[in-house]
Amino acid sequence: MHELLTHDPGRFMLLLGNEAIVRGAIEAGLAVSAAYPGTPSSEIGNNLFQIAQDPSSDISFEFSTNEKVAMEVTAAASAAGLRTLTSMKHVGMNVASDVLMTLAYMGIKGGMVIVCADDPSLHSSQNEQDSRYYARMASLPVLEPTSPQEAKDMTMEAFDLSEALELPVILRTTTRTAHVRGPVKLGNIPKNKKTRGHFEKAPMRWVAVPAVARTRHKVLLDQFEKAHGLAETSRFNTLSGSGRTGILATGVSACYVADVLEELHLFDRVRFLRLGFVHPQPRNLIRDFLAGLDQVLVVEELEPCQENALKVAAQEMGLTLPILGKASGHIPRLYELTPKIVKKAVCHALSLDHPSPPLPDLAALPPLPQRPPSLCKGCPHTETYGVVKEALSDLGLLEKTIFPTDIGCYTLGLLPPIQMADYLLCMGSSIGSSAGFSLSTDQKVVSFIGDSTFFHSGIPSLVNAVHNGHRFSLVILDNGTTAMTGHQPNPGIRLTPPGYSERHPRISIEAIVRACGVRNIAIINPYKKKEAMEAAREMLAKDELSVIISDAPCILYLKRMEGKTQKRTPATEQTQAGDEGRDRT
Amino acid sequence: MKRMRILFTGVGGQGTLLASRLLGEAAMSAGIPVRVSEVHGMAQRGGVVESTVMLGGIESPIIAEGEADLLVGFEPLETLRALRFCSTDTVIITNTAPIPPFTVTLGQAEYPPIPRWMEFMGSTFRTVIAYDAEAVAREAGSTKTVNVVLLGTLCATGLLPLRPEALRETIRSRVKPKLVDVNLAAFDRGLVQAQ
Repeated sequence: MHELLTHDPGRFMLLLGNEAIVRGAIEAGLAVSAAYPGTPSSEIGNNLFQIAQDPSSDISFEFSTNEKVAMEVTAAASAAGLRTLTSMKHVGMNVASDVLMTLAYMGIKGGMVIVCADDPSLHSSQNEQDSRYYARMASLPVLEPTSPQEAKDMTMEAFDLSEALELPVILRTTTRTAHVRGPVKLGNIPKNKKTRGHFEKAPMRWVAVPAVARTRHKVLLDQFEKAHGLAETSRFNTLSGSGRTGILATGVSACYVADVLEELHLFDRVRFLRLGFVHPQPRNLIRDFLAGLDQVLVVEELEPCQENALKVAAQEMGLTLPILGKASGHIPRLYELTPKIVKKAVCHALSLDHPSPPLPDLAALPPLPQRPPSLCKGCPHTETYGVVKEALSDLGLLEKTIFPTDIGCYTLGLLPPIQMADYLLCMGSSIGSSAGFSLSTDQKVVSFIGDSTFFHSGIPSLVNAVHNGHRFSLVILDNGTTAMTGHQPNPGIRLTPPGYSERHPRISIEAIVRACGVRNIAIINPYKKKEAMEAAREMLAKDELSVIISDAPCILYLKRMEGKTQKRTPATEQTQAGDEGRDRT
Repeated sequence: MKRMRILFTGVGGQGTLLASRLLGEAAMSAGIPVRVSEVHGMAQRGGVVESTVMLGGIESPIIAEGEADLLVGFEPLETLRALRFCSTDTVIITNTAPIPPFTVTLGQAEYPPIPRWMEFMGSTFRTVIAYDAEAVAREAGSTKTVNVVLLGTLCATGLLPLRPEALRETIRSRVKPKLVDVNLAAFDRGLVQAQ
């Protein structure tokens, strides 16, 4: 049985923030879930995927092709009255945002939780956008945990809140709250939960044509007003300490503040407001917090969301006290905060000297060699890059080639010695940007995209490239899995647990490429150098669109799946019969 | 309860996360408030892997420069890189067996001479325990137990609010059954390295 299905109320488990969210959803009676993986949210989907394979579980989970699809799947299941959850990284919210903005108008029936994991400092992302802006744009409530225990409690609360307001609720995490472990107290797993929904037709409620959406927008604003009231009494908003200086903090920033207050014994100098129900801000609680203060410091990562909302609230209350934070330069807007930055800001605001431990003199240390991440030993991507580089070199094109790339392990092709990554924006951008380069320059364009990214958002741009006659070569690196985020299945998966492929037919990338109308297609095995080179040269020499599909499984995944069949054979972990069983096209 | 910040650093594949998790589980079983932070995602593709274990009610998941009470380095270059998180009072435990990064193998960078910098550490920090943990792990039965060897040494410093038996119990309950014996042997060999 999956560890997160442990039925032992009262017991503590050392759970990751993401695992605690899954456990909270299970205890809240989650019925349907769908997600596309992305760091730092991936463990939510991974655990739900494993749980859904467990015969003792009645939760439905799917890895959808992208975040937009996952949000549509869960939204409809919520409209049919079931409790649902979808999770994504912050940039996944961009993909799903088209759904989100109108879903807020339409609302839900069964509780719906949207987990959005931000990545301040860009540990594994292409930007550090603050997804709280989406909540403002959509007028949806947001909860933000500071610990795994809170992550579990808030997930459960988010379902209730969602049903009370008939709106989806956003649970926002960041890398530090998603990837921290802490003790979490287990509660009950409900026995008789609702797993089959029923959709009550009501076109004037559920069909977003202008006449309906106009009335639904009013409903949304009314419900959001109710959310203000619920924020007032939320147990996740707490006021402590006393003094003439106030500090307001959220998420992991609240942890840093709490540690500074404890270390410097400041509880009689600072009134500390921890907000867990972070959007909308509770007006009355804010009024109580501000009353009698001389100044306030707002500590939050990325954008000044709380800070600006607090300034609006102070203005409405006729208060002119200084509100310190991003605008005043106390708290940076760039990157994640650290205990040191927060201690300095608190000391600065209170005009205290900040004590520093006796630091060593490290000036003598030599420059230390970097240890950048790299493609694994034996990775098929390295072979494919080698083949393409050599073929272009043979054709005399290497020097004039632009290499748009995409998001996956192969983005590491940026680094020496490969250095075949010149332009990248987001998931799927390799194909669309290739079109732009090919129509605007006389340079050769060769782009790279992985299988999962192709399914996620590559297909419409390939159709576009064919229809509009763009001239470039696309290399699809088909390693048969979503490797970088931890080997989640995608529609092209080959190595699967037994029984999986009967319920999840494999979609052939080659068939899709052909159906898009691409005429020049080669399928190569990058380990077979001679044949691969020949085919690559032919495709790369074309003065029109050509596609090379490099067909070789991720070696880590292959090893893992084979290892499992040899060592143990629980039904959920056995692979098909190795390479022979692979469905080759 | 004394608050304590422990930093683990190493290279992907060395079991840094398992070591910090074992310590976290042992602390939780003993009723000690604990948080463990982990590095996931792209950083794990052969890169540096850092984790922290915070004991005694600290809420922050990460450690600021100069604030580590204990540093456990699984690889000497990574220990040097993490020295900025130490004060001169920090107790440092480090493996001396190097894993050269590919930037060194490709000749793009130079690996610092280990004996010289171990000496530097010895004269800069109050307590440094440095030894070839890979050799000790090999003697215990598997070089994959470097992490548990170092955990043994960490426990032997006497600074943790945990007895060795508490960690042995965690190893018994959390490690795969067929690997328990080799890990217990590694732990016990690590314990005596602190003397």
